[in-house]
Amino acid sequence: MIGEQLFLILIFPGFLFVSIFGLATQFMDRKIYARLQNRVGPPWFQPLADLIKLLAKEDIVPCDANRAMFTATPLFALTAVVSAFLYLPLWTPHSLYSFSGDIIVVLYLLTIPTLAFFIGGWYSTSLFARLGSVRCLTQMFAYEVPLFMGILSAAVLANTWSLADMVHFYGAHPWYWMFNIPGFAVALVALLGKLEKVPFDIPEAETEIVAGVFTEYSGRLLAILKLTLDIEMVVGAALLACVFFPFGMELGSSPLAFVVFVLKVLAIIAMLSLCRTIVARLRIDQMINFCWKYLVPLAILQLLLNLILKGVLTP
Amino acid sequence: MPDKNKFKIPIGPQHPALKEPEGFSLALKGEKIMGVDIRLGYNHRGIEKACEERTYIQDLYLIERVCGICSHSHSTCFVQAVEEIAGLDIPKRARYIRTLIGELERVHSHLLWLGVAGHEIGFDTLLMYTWRDREVVMDILAALTGNRVNYGINTIGGVRRDITPDQCKDVLAAMDILEERTKYYIEVGTQETTIVKRLSGVGVLSKEAALKLDAVGPTARASGVDYDVRRDDPYAAYGELSFDVITDDHCDVYGRTVVRLKELMESYKIIRQAVKNMPDGPVTVRAPRKIPAGEALGRYEAPRGEDVHFVKSNGTEKPERVKVRAPTLANVQAVKHMLKDRFLADMPIVVAAIDPCFSCTDRAISLRHTDKNKKEIIDWPTLRTYGISWYKSQGIDFAGLNKQLLERIKQ
Repeated sequence: MIGEQLFLILIFPGFLFVSIFGLATQFMDRKIYARLQNRVGPPWFQPLADLIKLLAKEDIVPCDANRAMFTATPLFALTAVVSAFLYLPLWTPHSLYSFSGDIIVVLYLLTIPTLAFFIGGWYSTSLFARLGSVRCLTQMFAYEVPLFMGILSAAVLANTWSLADMVHFYGAHPWYWMFNIPGFAVALVALLGKLEKVPFDIPEAETEIVAGVFTEYSGRLLAILKLTLDIEMVVGAALLACVFFPFGMELGSSPLAFVVFVLKVLAIIAMLSLCRTIVARLRIDQMINFCWKYLVPLAILQLLLNLILKGVLTP
Repeated sequence: MPDKNKFKIPIGPQHPALKEPEGFSLALKGEKIMGVDIRLGYNHRGIEKACEERTYIQDLYLIERVCGICSHSHSTCFVQAVEEIAGLDIPKRARYIRTLIGELERVHSHLLWLGVAGHEIGFDTLLMYTWRDREVVMDILAALTGNRVNYGINTIGGVRRDITPDQCKDVLAAMDILEERTKYYIEVGTQETTIVKRLSGVGVLSKEAALKLDAVGPTARASGVDYDVRRDDPYAAYGELSFDVITDDHCDVYGRTVVRLKELMESYKIIRQAVKNMPDGPVTVRAPRKIPAGEALGRYEAPRGEDVHFVKSNGTEKPERVKVRAPTLANVQAVKHMLKDRFLADMPIVVAAIDPCFSCTDRAISLRHTDKNKKEIIDWPTLRTYGISWYKSQGIDFAGLNKQLLERIKQ
């Protein structure tokens, strides 16, 4: 029994699977980004090669840094995103561990990496890292609200706080997911902020603050941080796929359902890559303005729409 | 009471925002820039001194390497000064070829700048696209001169290579491609929301400030200063060609982008005219090895602004003094002004907007006295003795090393 649980958590569909999937999506993201920019792009094994190379390098902890915090935060961030993955219904309507209110838990678990980056950056004492960590936190207050509202408005329509129940609801009403398309747009843009990708890569803006919170990180710790970002991308995309495109899950445990899941996640990541190809990085003040002026009102509209629809559609 | 929230952040000499090493130090309060300290001199290469110890022909190679991007600008500027002292009247065809190469260089420099600017504001797609299209003009330059940079086409008394009619056709064909692409970039640069948001209102330099701080080139023209050496003091074949001097009144980074993009269109116009009107004839006149005594000032509108070379000759085959004033030196003071009260996020693009070329600029070297408050000027032999004694105090004696080296050579 414990062996089975450990297999589920550590191997499939847990840590090992999500790591490999994360590396694969990183490759896809980089390849699409490169092809859209008229470049060749990396070979398929590049993310894995990068990871192995970083794992083999020396960890350097700055003299002034708080050693415990500096080394603990990457692991903390990684654990949080992998845990979040375990609560998501992937290709079956049930997640590995499901309870009423797990949607909130998943959203909060996805917030932890950002906080961990902040703490790690802050305790590495480098000026660039500190600036990056402050930006990290500032930016979080801007994108987190529309992201939550976008995702939760879909839950409002389904009248449940459980992801599994949401999937059941949208499975029973196959075309209802189309009402949530504005919410999906909001969540997709907010996800760009969470993943720190252009135009919201402000916390690690290379030309301004070198690498932001990651400036002082090297070796295994940096490898863990990079892996965290990859897995965060997969978890974020899988969350959006589960909430906004909940079709194909009634196929159950057949291989086709798995293929549909992978395609959905890859499609969302392709959209993320496209978004980051066609724009320039915003300034932090512009980013916050954009989030509160455009994303939040749109998310509120979605919420209102879903509240009205709920009254109209469920007698 | 010192402000606790204020802190200093080093940008450079090594920093991803800078394409060349130079020291900036920003005093920040949160994200806001409270003060800028620019320290030139990191990249001092002693080119002027080296020029004095070489013949005029050797200097040409050296001067061409002042800058990697506007190498033709510097060599033309130097050659013009030397030709003026020697009283040489260079053939018309040579003048046209110089103009042609100069404008091709401007095209590649401005396209390069556009890509760098895109990178500085995190728009890497623009960088990849412009640098891909820049290859067109790089190929043309390589076909005409044999090199992608450091063309080596100038010589005292003319140019070293002639241009064949086939090459002229290639140039015209390349211009059509580039013109089409540039129109697209003008559209992107002036309409893409995030680009406009990041550029407009950033790095404001009013016309008065531009004149006061002696800004040159596109930086000054974007502030409404209607000044271009090509028109106001024509050299090479510019006097016979028709083109507009592009100015803009946005006074910010957006204006500088517009000016550079529109200048690209003017460059295509000039190149087409230069190819069409190119007269036949020789491309060089014989120049004396020893340049008669005298002095002259060469002026040239480099892609980054007015480039000035001062050459003083003493009747021998080596110049007595060569002074290079690269356009960045004129513009770098404006950066301090432009960054006032802006955000840290604007720093890379504001610095990039003057199209800086720090290695070309660095002429000064300053040594800090160990006693910080004491300042003194010391001459070369004193500095040398000081250096030898300092190394001796560190336990390094070069006298012994020199002897060892001599023995090794003998063996």
